[in-house]
Amino acid sequence: MIPSSGSGGPAPLLAADGMTASNSRQDGVPLLRLHGIDKHFGPVQALYQVDLELPSQQVTALCGDNGAGKSVLTRCIAGIHHPEHGQMYWEGRQVHINSPRDASALGIEVVYQDLALADNLDIVQNMFLGRERMHRFFLDEDAMERTAAETLQGLGVTTVRSIRQPVGSLSGGQRQAVAVAKAVMWNSKLVVLDEPTAALGVVQTRMVLDLVKRLKDRGLAVMVITHNLNDVFEVADRIAVLHLGHKVAEGPASEFDRQSVVDYMTTGGSDRPAAKPRPQL
Amino acid sequence: MARVGDDMTTKPSSVAPSEPSAAEGLSSAAVDVVPPEIVAESLGQYLSVMGRRIANGNTGALPVVLALVAISIGFEIWTQGLFLSPGNLVNLFIESMVFMTLGMAEIFVLLLGEIDLSAGYVLAVGAGIVALLVQKPGPNFAWWLAIIIALVCCGVTGAVWGALVSRLHLPSFVVTLAGLLIMWGVMLVILGNAGDVSISSAILSNQHTVYEIVNGNIPPLAGWISMVIVAVVLGGVIWTRDAGRRSRGLVAPPVGVTAVKVGFLVVAGAVVVAICNVNRGEVSSPVEGVPYVVPVVFAVLILWVILLQRTRFGRYVYAIGGNPDAARRAGISLPAIRTWAFVLSGVTAGFAGILYLSWQGGTSTNVNGGQYVLYGVAAAVIGGTSLFGGRGKIAQAILGGLIIGAIYNGLYLQGVQVQWQLIATGVVLVAAVLIDTVSRRGNLTGSSARI
Repeated sequence: MIPSSGSGGPAPLLAADGMTASNSRQDGVPLLRLHGIDKHFGPVQALYQVDLELPSQQVTALCGDNGAGKSVLTRCIAGIHHPEHGQMYWEGRQVHINSPRDASALGIEVVYQDLALADNLDIVQNMFLGRERMHRFFLDEDAMERTAAETLQGLGVTTVRSIRQPVGSLSGGQRQAVAVAKAVMWNSKLVVLDEPTAALGVVQTRMVLDLVKRLKDRGLAVMVITHNLNDVFEVADRIAVLHLGHKVAEGPASEFDRQSVVDYMTTGGSDRPAAKPRPQL
Repeated sequence: MARVGDDMTTKPSSVAPSEPSAAEGLSSAAVDVVPPEIVAESLGQYLSVMGRRIANGNTGALPVVLALVAISIGFEIWTQGLFLSPGNLVNLFIESMVFMTLGMAEIFVLLLGEIDLSAGYVLAVGAGIVALLVQKPGPNFAWWLAIIIALVCCGVTGAVWGALVSRLHLPSFVVTLAGLLIMWGVMLVILGNAGDVSISSAILSNQHTVYEIVNGNIPPLAGWISMVIVAVVLGGVIWTRDAGRRSRGLVAPPVGVTAVKVGFLVVAGAVVVAICNVNRGEVSSPVEGVPYVVPVVFAVLILWVILLQRTRFGRYVYAIGGNPDAARRAGISLPAIRTWAFVLSGVTAGFAGILYLSWQGGTSTNVNGGQYVLYGVAAAVIGGTSLFGGRGKIAQAILGGLIIGAIYNGLYLQGVQVQWQLIATGVVLVAAVLIDTVSRRGNLTGSSARI
């Protein structure tokens, strides 16, 4: 691996065997556990006593209608909002995520809906934006290009023509893939995707969902925020539903069906037989 | 485009070009936005991709070059052979240098999507400071000290505008418009007593060195030798970099394209030296050789190209111009980068002032900074820098500056009055912005079609 001189950032994960560390975490402790998260903005209570578990090697879908608190919860995990009450446990250890920097130091990367890519920069430049590798005073383009290519290759992103083409020339799915690759390049263990398929067509959605599965196969914990039920049942191992700031259901995807998820999202409860959310911890 | 989830079978660098011939498989939208040197695998493919880009209206530098050729031919006919005479071409180079340098100054801020209207009078103040400091009797500062002081002062003014724009979120148009007025006033204050300060060409004075920057010439033989050295070094750097990237399997232009690039560099250098080495004075008292200003501006160009293309600062300037939100979330300090860009704009404008001072052999309160800054913006925009940020290269100021210089010079040769010079320059500027906007619109349709 090329030493990252000057950048100070963690060495990116390259090879598939770099995953074994997080793969070994099969002892029942979830990668991230939220307990009793309360968040309010002035008089408006956004989250009430939310518990949530995000285990490694699993895709957790966070569902909820508009205003359910999905974004607020995401921002609490990302260190942008600070909950008033509640604890977060990272690999079983209590942590305080006070800033986005803290979150990335733990290994949490959030891919926001707008992707935060600069259209005029190429793929490599975007993936390393803000964390460039340096060779003395100058950018080490060779090392960055090699690492970016390996990361994209490892994720099976093979449809881009050239890694040096500007991001503005990519399709929506490819842009999403670049944003995800950017997130996983930094030793991340938990990747949060905010509405990853919202603006995509069928083929592009397929590509992004495949990408999500590949992240899981690499041992990462993935949280997908979406209200597209096709996506939920396509990739999710676990489903959690928020309704007006309350978490109303959480459990393996097999315990839900479409109708029960819709019921939870819209009314906060479900009387469908298939819907038996796991008892809370 | 390729299938989803294909295994990686090709070379590690380009992430799987799926078809054997990269150029053939490209959709026309992709051709428009992907630079040909990235996708082409040979010189032939490069040319075919270029051809398709031009056919699609994404013309790059071509209209600028064509415009320059057309302007040259037009003036050559109009002036009955005077315009393209070696003596006049050297004049044109010299006049263009100030426009080019001001264009470079503007590009720093244009890349951020900002503008610096103060540059013209920053030029005037820079010229005034140097002129006053090297006076004898007077301060009689060493020429280099005077230049450093002037550049620092101009940089500080840039820092003030930059701080107001980036920390207080004032629009750069208004801040630098105020800057224009302020620097105009400052110029009048510092030149107030004399109103007109000249520097002499007397040997062995500090004024002489300043005077010689533009008016002194490199002896012809030394000119050739330096040109060969520069060409070998620069060509060697370009060649080894591209060859090295090719051999390591990274994205690099085809051998043919690299060869053309280096060849163009050598030919352009040789042409400039050859033109400048023709005796443009009397037979008895020859004036020949490359003016020092040519290598000086070239050095500044190289310096700024390295800064913008090879350093973090440059990368962040482009990132902020492209998507300030993405840059902020990447942990980039927007106020710092923006402020530094204004500082560099100010320093470069001050440098243009030194060239102006040397060219004119003095400076006065009559310097039309308002017109100069617009020529600077015009040079940048005509060269192809976008007014909307994120798109542009420092080298584009060279082409744009040459065009402004050619119009200025040609109309002057014909004795056309200043009002027509202004009108002609304005028309060219509108044409350039038109091309920028049209090509931008073309790109937008290309990218909106991607979903």
